[in-house]
Amino acid sequence: MKFEAQHAVQWIQKANDKIQEHKDELTELDRKIGDGDHGINMARGFQEAADEVSAGDLSGVPDVLKQTATTVMSKVGGASGPLYGTAFLKMSMAVKDEAVDYKQFVGMIEAALGGIKQRGKSEEGEKTMIDVWSPVYEAMKDADDFDAALIKDTASSSMEATKEMTATKGRASYLKERSKDHLDPGAVSSYYLFEALSETLKEEG
Amino acid sequence: MPGIILVSHSQKVAEGIKELLEQVVGDVTIEAAGGDDDGGIGTSFEKIQTAVEKASAEDGAIIFYDIGSAKMNAEMAIEMAGSENVRLVEAPILEGAYLAAVEVSVGKSLENVMESVEKQYG
Ligand SMILES: Nc1ncnc2c1ncn2[C@@H]1O[C@H](COP(=O)(O)OP(=O)(O)OP(=O)(O)O)[C@@H](O)[C@H]1O
Ligand SMILES: [Mg+2]
Repeated sequence: MKFEAQHAVQWIQKANDKIQEHKDELTELDRKIGDGDHGINMARGFQEAADEVSAGDLSGVPDVLKQTATTVMSKVGGASGPLYGTAFLKMSMAVKDEAVDYKQFVGMIEAALGGIKQRGKSEEGEKTMIDVWSPVYEAMKDADDFDAALIKDTASSSMEATKEMTATKGRASYLKERSKDHLDPGAVSSYYLFEALSETLKEEG
Repeated sequence: MPGIILVSHSQKVAEGIKELLEQVVGDVTIEAAGGDDDGGIGTSFEKIQTAVEKASAEDGAIIFYDIGSAKMNAEMAIEMAGSENVRLVEAPILEGAYLAAVEVSVGKSLENVMESVEKQYG
């Protein structure tokens, strides 16, 4: 299949649905190892992003993702605003075609991961959203075509793996060892983004 | 004359520092970009972006920031504006901004102020 503008729109809409549904859970996770605003931040920004892309007249994948980036950057707030904003911006800049094939899509995820690392000055293993984006990118790179189950399963297991990690970036890093035994809120919201992507791809068959 | 931009998670912190600086250096442009869009605790990219764009069109500015996302948002605002005359510096927000304000008020250039702050706190 080719990933088209309508798929990108669905992705953002589904991501928003999941974030609204799990808003309290994300906030609760952030209360444990951060400042308790992650759910509120994400719900505010993604609602706006979903409304914007649903309003129509965006003709290609880059346009949809660029619009999402702009809204997320200015409306999410906190650390996740600039981080996800940069991720979507880099995705939109990675391709020029209105519809993208699998290889191009993998290139977009790679660009997003690079953008998050650069913006956060962080690497794998620091108990952040990178610990979901990086394994998902690695798994997708080794596959030949869109695989909804692979994306969801990889995102799920890597999100779970953040529980054992000690945070060295973000608010949670102030807790040092005490950040252990909790899921990273940004890793969990990233899981929902990939679950939404997975469902978008599955509907396409 | 370059300005000073204060990026904090708290509107009161940013405005409090601005007040403190203005009491000493009345003629320096100091922009407080504190708190989220509604004035609550957090950072507002839009507030920071507005301050950066304004400074960028004038004589530039040095940005001082507090914890976490303050720096990320400030970096992003500089990149988006493509400004060469708005700089970030790592220093304690209050002490750093105080030093910079005094230096600006005695006529030092952006480069010279940056050097002084970096020398003191870098
Ligand atoms: N430097 C970083 N690099 C990568 N990811 C990060 C970094 N800092 C924070 N994160 C991610 O962002 C999530 C927190 O997002 P949230 O929106 O709650 O921001 P915050 O930490 O409250 O921001 P602030 O710094 O304004 O307090 C973390 O769970 C983590 O996944
Ligand atoms: Mg938070």
